[in-house]
Amino acid sequence: MENVIDNQKESEALQQRRQQHDKAKRKRSRRMWLLIVPFLVLVVAFSYYPLFGWVYAFFDYEPPIPLRDSQFVGMQWFKMMVANSTQVRQLMQVLINTFAMSLLNIATSFFPLLFAIGLNEIRNKHFRNIIQTLTTLPNFISWVLVYSIAFAMFSTNGMVNDLLQNLNVIAAPIKFLDSDSLTWIKMLLWSTWKGLGWGSIIYLASISGIDQELYEAARVDGASRFQLIRYITIPALMPTFFVMLMLSVSNFLNNGMDQYFVFQNAFNQTHIQVLDLYVYNVGMGQNSLSYATAISMLKSLVSVALLWIVNIVSKKTRGASII
Amino acid sequence: MSNIEKNETTPGFKAFRVFNIIFFVLFTLICFYPFYYLIINSISANDLSANGLINWFPRKIHFENYVQVLQLSGLGTAALVSLGRTVIGTALTVIASSFLGYMFTREDMWHRKFWYRFVVVTMYFNAGMIPMFITMKNLGLTNTFWVYVLPAIVQPFNIILVKTYIESLPKSLEEAAALDGATTLQTFIHVILPSCTPILATVAIFSAVGQWNSFQDTLLYITDDKLYSLQYLLYQYINQASSLASMVRNGGGVAAVASAAQSQTPTSIRMTVSVVVVLPILFIYPMFQRYFTKGIMLGAVKG
Repeated sequence: MENVIDNQKESEALQQRRQQHDKAKRKRSRRMWLLIVPFLVLVVAFSYYPLFGWVYAFFDYEPPIPLRDSQFVGMQWFKMMVANSTQVRQLMQVLINTFAMSLLNIATSFFPLLFAIGLNEIRNKHFRNIIQTLTTLPNFISWVLVYSIAFAMFSTNGMVNDLLQNLNVIAAPIKFLDSDSLTWIKMLLWSTWKGLGWGSIIYLASISGIDQELYEAARVDGASRFQLIRYITIPALMPTFFVMLMLSVSNFLNNGMDQYFVFQNAFNQTHIQVLDLYVYNVGMGQNSLSYATAISMLKSLVSVALLWIVNIVSKKTRGASII
Repeated sequence: MSNIEKNETTPGFKAFRVFNIIFFVLFTLICFYPFYYLIINSISANDLSANGLINWFPRKIHFENYVQVLQLSGLGTAALVSLGRTVIGTALTVIASSFLGYMFTREDMWHRKFWYRFVVVTMYFNAGMIPMFITMKNLGLTNTFWVYVLPAIVQPFNIILVKTYIESLPKSLEEAAALDGATTLQTFIHVILPSCTPILATVAIFSAVGQWNSFQDTLLYITDDKLYSLQYLLYQYINQASSLASMVRNGGGVAAVASAAQSQTPTSIRMTVSVVVVLPILFIYPMFQRYFTKGIMLGAVKG
């Protein structure tokens, strides 16, 4: 009997101790959370709170008049996008530019893969390293600097025109920058110049991860170098290529602004204005903040939807999500 | 001759190799030559560079351009702003990424999973340029230095990198620290931070280049010319180089220089400022290249 009571007492004490322990643990885990609160505040301020800015798309907001004194206009700005034919034509042109730039970038997304395969065929290690360093360098300069380089080399009295004239290839200087001819191609070439070397690094890393015994075995079987590339290297790079391709599809509407902003001028305006630049020009240039917010809101929603769809496609086709 | 050697020397493959080498030599030149061009033009006689006569080698070398350009009003301030945001911004990002990366490995933190997702999901959406502008305005950050730094502190991608890295470390050190009665912060500072340096170097270098190159935030949020970044100033200089050149020529605070070789031209101003902006990258990049390469690799593993 005594024994039973003793046991009961003991288990009560144990329970009490456990409760105390749990309480202390909970307190500690809350305290730990308090340590990251300052950072969470930053996340809220710069990632979640800006979403609240979307309400400006439903008001006629004209700074410095505050939002509470602005008129609620409902869907007016969204209707305005398709209201008159000039507006529609302008927006269509912007969408065409955006699609063209994205499609060109997707169509050339196998360039880095070929670049990596070619670079891998260069035997001399030092030579290969030098190439890699120098070709990845342009990725780390800003678009402003790229523009500065473009200006120095391609303006009417720049180096390229000078050279072509000296070689008697052309009689008068070509206006590379101040013209609207081949704007999309020029933009593609600049982004290729800047990004090709860097884009290939991920493939070079995949190549170095390929099991060398595969190559040895194929060689013994009499495969030529081309066959090694065709049947071993390229298939091994396909998963990486697929992920990169999916990522560029999900960024279809996000061309970014810097490149197009620095290269834009009165001549090439029609074909250089992609969505991001258009939003800037409308919002900051013409001060139509509400209308620009409406466009940027649609753009963000479509982008999230694209990412979601691409992720589903990725899950279905290769059994792994990309995000 | 063995099979293997025979395969290496087929005429088709030889032709491919020759073509391949030519392509890479050409493309490498195209990538590097513009930088060389800017540098040789900025140190050559200005009357020659203005007429596009310096293409391969510098001629009549002088460094007067640098002396004069560095005295341009605005350039010194902009350099300080860019340097400041690079140093402070990078330091804060490294601290935030390492600390959050560590805290998100702590399973005993209150609702760890929820908060981790709360932070990481912000990678996949963004309010857009104009709502961001309105936000900065509402928060009173436009025309302050902090608009460069604060939004860049918490970077989900960097947090994931650090978290994955910490999870790959042996748990024993952390457990030992806990047994010694170390607090969370003490464990972080004395145990976690020292063992994370390789990944933090990668985070730091990417963040530093991003800060140094950032252009859009000045364009959107800054109208006060004392807060212009170097990139923004360079953009302005490219577009207004002729007026700047005449300002320098007429001695805008700088002693007028008579000789045509050293008198500032729009070209000399553009080239010199460009070199000032790109030089840090040219120096730093080759030194830290392996960190850059590692960064993209880790990103790929995650992706």
